[in-house]
Amino acid sequence: MFSRAYRAAITVPPLVWVAMFLLVPYALLFCYSFWSVSSTQTIVHTWSLDNYRELFRVNVYLQTLLRSMWIAARVMIFALLLGYPLAYYLSFHAGARKDLFYQLVIIPLWVSYLVRAYAWKTILGSDGVLNTLLQYVHLTKHPLEFLLYSPFAVVLTLTHIYTPFAFLPIYASLEHIPRNLVEASHDLGASPFQTFWRVIFPLSIPGVLAGATFAFVLSLGDFLAPLLLGGPSGIMISNIVVSLFGAAYNWPLGAAISLIMLLLVLGLIFLSERLEKKWSFR
Amino acid sequence: MSHPGRSTSRWLPWHAGIVFGFLYLPIVTLIVYSFNGSGVGGFPPRNLTLDWYRMLFADEAIWTSVLNSLVVAIAAMAISLAFGIPAALALDRANFPGKTLFRRLVLLPLILPGIITGLSLLMLFREADLKLSLLTIVLGHGTALISVATTEVFAGLQKLDRAQEEASLDLGANYWQTFWRVTVPNLRLPIIGAALLILTLSMDEIAVSFFLIGRDNTLPLEIWGRLRRGITPEINAISSIIFVFSLVAIMLWYRLRVSAEGKAEIATELVEAA
Repeated sequence: MFSRAYRAAITVPPLVWVAMFLLVPYALLFCYSFWSVSSTQTIVHTWSLDNYRELFRVNVYLQTLLRSMWIAARVMIFALLLGYPLAYYLSFHAGARKDLFYQLVIIPLWVSYLVRAYAWKTILGSDGVLNTLLQYVHLTKHPLEFLLYSPFAVVLTLTHIYTPFAFLPIYASLEHIPRNLVEASHDLGASPFQTFWRVIFPLSIPGVLAGATFAFVLSLGDFLAPLLLGGPSGIMISNIVVSLFGAAYNWPLGAAISLIMLLLVLGLIFLSERLEKKWSFR
Repeated sequence: MSHPGRSTSRWLPWHAGIVFGFLYLPIVTLIVYSFNGSGVGGFPPRNLTLDWYRMLFADEAIWTSVLNSLVVAIAAMAISLAFGIPAALALDRANFPGKTLFRRLVLLPLILPGIITGLSLLMLFREADLKLSLLTIVLGHGTALISVATTEVFAGLQKLDRAQEEASLDLGANYWQTFWRVTVPNLRLPIIGAALLILTLSMDEIAVSFFLIGRDNTLPLEIWGRLRRGITPEINAISSIIFVFSLVAIMLWYRLRVSAEGKAEIATELVEAA
């Protein structure tokens, strides 16, 4: 029913815009990663693998990448541990309060990232709310220093930020489980635990995979929480990129790190989609 | 509905309570301490005061940045909708080479860490010799948030009855008239919903803006700059106000969404976006 002209009119403008402002920039990231900086601080457009050699030669890059992955992995695990039982409770047991609870989860999702990271800073600092509270009730005599400017603070804050991201796809997959399957399992004599483990959990795996991917990927590339709360021991890979694009002025090397991060992220998304397909029942 | 395992599920409400506590504790603390006369930390809060709000309302740099953020958000919304609505239509009703790539590319900024999108655009603007300013932030937000407009409108299109558009065309209206008088009014709720989300997300965005900022600050970057210099409850005060506005926008969006398609569908769509 739609004419050629109509289809061209709805297709060409977004296609051109997206090519110009997404495809070209991502391609530029790729190109930059093979270029270099001259001593006069201009970008030299000659192609070489030097940036990548540098990445493997200097230990700090690989170490920081691994540390970031470890932080992201912890965030992912905590987000799942907090998000899954909550989603299960909402979907199967919350009854009339389900809708209210659901809104309570999505509100923090859209509340400013910066506002929430800042809030944790005021709680965890050595004069912060938590430390002064602990001293007020005489649980500690001196402020606990590990609370702020540590990987702990980064993991805690990122878990706070990404738990709703992990929750949503899990909740969606639980909501999609036909309730008569659950009833059938009961009627056939399965215990509640068996019903959960053999019926509900396998059917929710696609949601778990999607939620885990969100939490891992988004925390892996984070640079604001480490800058604000991480201190020297909480530095993540994106912080190195930020400094290479700022004071250190080596865009090509920064681009190489970003490209590796991009490929890692795309690889994970691809893998998680493949697994989701394998586990989905429709 | 049967209740599998009352005994095993007794800990679930407790767990839910703890998670909600964890999610809301920082927000509540933030708001309480915005009234605290003696600084951002320190338990218990004492000397309750409105001074920080008074200071905030007299703080011109903040309000300039609020204005900048508003301008950026509205311009970004215009761009996202102008390209996101046709993109959703194209995904729904046109076939073209590279369609899958296009769909993935549009949605990519939603799942990629902001730093990658921000840096890539920074390189583009450098190569194009475009000076960093609020304009570059608008282009960045506008492009990244096309994903939101496309997802919301595409979901709306799945529920749209094409017979109306067909009738309009059969009765002699051209495509342009049909688009404005039939398609858009039918997609009213998803479009308003998308606009609200885009406004909120753009007002709060910091990771992409971080790299594209020129001389003029947006609100999150103004706050960021202050955080690095030392903190006062004035930041709690502005954060509390941001929270209230986000809350209103999200509740509005949620109502729109529920009236558009019922509760169960909402969770799914947010997710299928990715």
